Amino acid sequence: MTAPGALAPQLRRTPLRRVAGLDRLALAGGVLLALIVLAALLAPWIAPYPDDGGSATHALDALLPPSGAHWFGTDQVGRDVLSRVLFGARTSLFIAVAVLAVSGVVGVALGVVAGYAGGWLQDVIMRVTDVFLAFPALLLSLALAVVLQPSVTTVIVAIAATWWPWYARLTASVAASVATRGFVDSARCLGVPAPLIVLRHVLPNSLTPVLVQLSLDGGGVILTAAALSYLGLGAHEPTPEWGLMVQQGQTLFTTDWWAVTFPGLAIVLTAFAFNVLGEGLRARLAR
Amino acid sequence: MSRYLIRRLGQAALVVAGVVVLTFVIMRLVPGDPAVAYAGPRASPAELAAARRQFGLDDPLPVQLWTYVRDLLGGDWGISLHTRQPVRDDLFQAFPASLELVGAALLLAVVAGIPLGVAAARYKGRLPDLSVRLSSMLAVSVPVFWLALALQTVFGSVLRWLPVAGEYDTNLDTTSPLHVYTNITAVDALFTGNWPILGSTLAHLVLPTLVIAAYPAGVIAQMTRAALIEESARDHARLERALGFGETAVLARFALRPALNPVLSLVALVFAYSIVNGFLVEAVFNWPGLGRYAADSIRTLDTPAVAGVTLLVALLYVLANLAVDLLQGVIDPRVRTR
Repeated sequence: MTAPGALAPQLRRTPLRRVAGLDRLALAGGVLLALIVLAALLAPWIAPYPDDGGSATHALDALLPPSGAHWFGTDQVGRDVLSRVLFGARTSLFIAVAVLAVSGVVGVALGVVAGYAGGWLQDVIMRVTDVFLAFPALLLSLALAVVLQPSVTTVIVAIAATWWPWYARLTASVAASVATRGFVDSARCLGVPAPLIVLRHVLPNSLTPVLVQLSLDGGGVILTAAALSYLGLGAHEPTPEWGLMVQQGQTLFTTDWWAVTFPGLAIVLTAFAFNVLGEGLRARLAR
Repeated sequence: MSRYLIRRLGQAALVVAGVVVLTFVIMRLVPGDPAVAYAGPRASPAELAAARRQFGLDDPLPVQLWTYVRDLLGGDWGISLHTRQPVRDDLFQAFPASLELVGAALLLAVVAGIPLGVAAARYKGRLPDLSVRLSSMLAVSVPVFWLALALQTVFGSVLRWLPVAGEYDTNLDTTSPLHVYTNITAVDALFTGNWPILGSTLAHLVLPTLVIAAYPAGVIAQMTRAALIEESARDHARLERALGFGETAVLARFALRPALNPVLSLVALVFAYSIVNGFLVEAVFNWPGLGRYAADSIRTLDTPAVAGVTLLVALLYVLANLAVDLLQGVIDPRVRTR
């Protein structure tokens, strides 16, 4: 355990200094992710054909190869693929943020209670997470997506339902070790009620590993969401979604490769950015 | 050891019970009436009522759960609504092909991932390390269905180097018929000396295996690297260096064995994950495994079949984890007291 004196300057570090502590690779991942987020936010203004993000059709322009007018070509109903890829970033990032927020909040809440309380409450919560973890995320999402109607909301619910146990377990193990620290004991001696101890002392000190894990999982969520949409269990026409775009264009891959290649590359790039950033954050934390 | 064994078995049994209940709950949430799906839209009310009685849909939920568990234990996994066959028979038919594919992929992932991880740890912070880290992160970032489509198009349709669909060339069934024992085509062909079908199966395996192996190879390389770096900072590594062993020998001869423990549990974890990932790949390559069965079941909202696939994969996951834990308990006595 670090001595209090050694801890103090670390706490005073500015956010900029903390970023500077990352290695160059992680920094590159962060910049890449920031650019993707920016592209998603600005999609209506930077997309060359903003109407193509929706249900517009231009039958005469169907399946044009990449050119000056359509950098990524056009799809089977004549929509600009670049515009749809840009709008697709909104769908994918929205799903990722929603899933991570829901599963993060549920997982951390249950985990911090389990870790602080211990005893039978911890046993019950951990056994429930065991059961959920026995289903690979995509499998449980598949089963849930069959049961619910296909939509973006279904994707979010299905993935969040499979993702929260990881955060519950992680938080529980960190919270359990935080709960044995001196400042928690002193708070208890001072008569601070348990809910307040959990909220004010245990929770803030258990969050860092969870935040790193959230960044690492962004890529996994985007891949799972794309897979569900690819199987027709998620977003549907005319929602611009990368997995759905791949599915719609897959029979044309040999002749009209651009309709499948660019949405796929968008998925790879986004998941890669999340993974590189998360990996760097984890290495930074381990040091 | 026996106390550890009993405790671990008890945990696994508890998880299996939970898995069964959760599967049951999900399947009961289905909108639409399974009786209608079974009897068809033009069934008379009397036929519908008969179907409802047959599936026990009129019983209270706890009774239905009890019936479900009893049937499962008795080996009755329900009747598939789209193949009209017992789900258990369908799974028996489809699973070996998936096992063949995922087994080949995991073998490739281990054989490629561990040496890559060792190389990265050996040259930490230098070019080999950077390229292994980057490529392994890329490997875990690629959507499998897209990679499958891309490889299929490039190596199958454009270059015509490799077959793109099916498990083997079914024309061979007439010239050299296959005797089926295990349902794993490659194994059956090997043991019956059926070389044409064996060759055809191996050729058909290449592309889907590569696609499925990408993810596990990436995580295995990352985990091996991390575990080796941690292990090579321990005291025993310092002693080995003092004794004059080179850095490669310290890593490959001494640090690798203890470092393989977390890698082993990782393989169990990615096994179930790879089977589900394989679903998407099987759909693209028309591989006659669980994935194609699952895809058909999902399309037809075939609840008993989806439940069967879900349950089977979850059970496999629990079993794989149990096997690895017990194996580690045998290899490493410290694990038993945890």
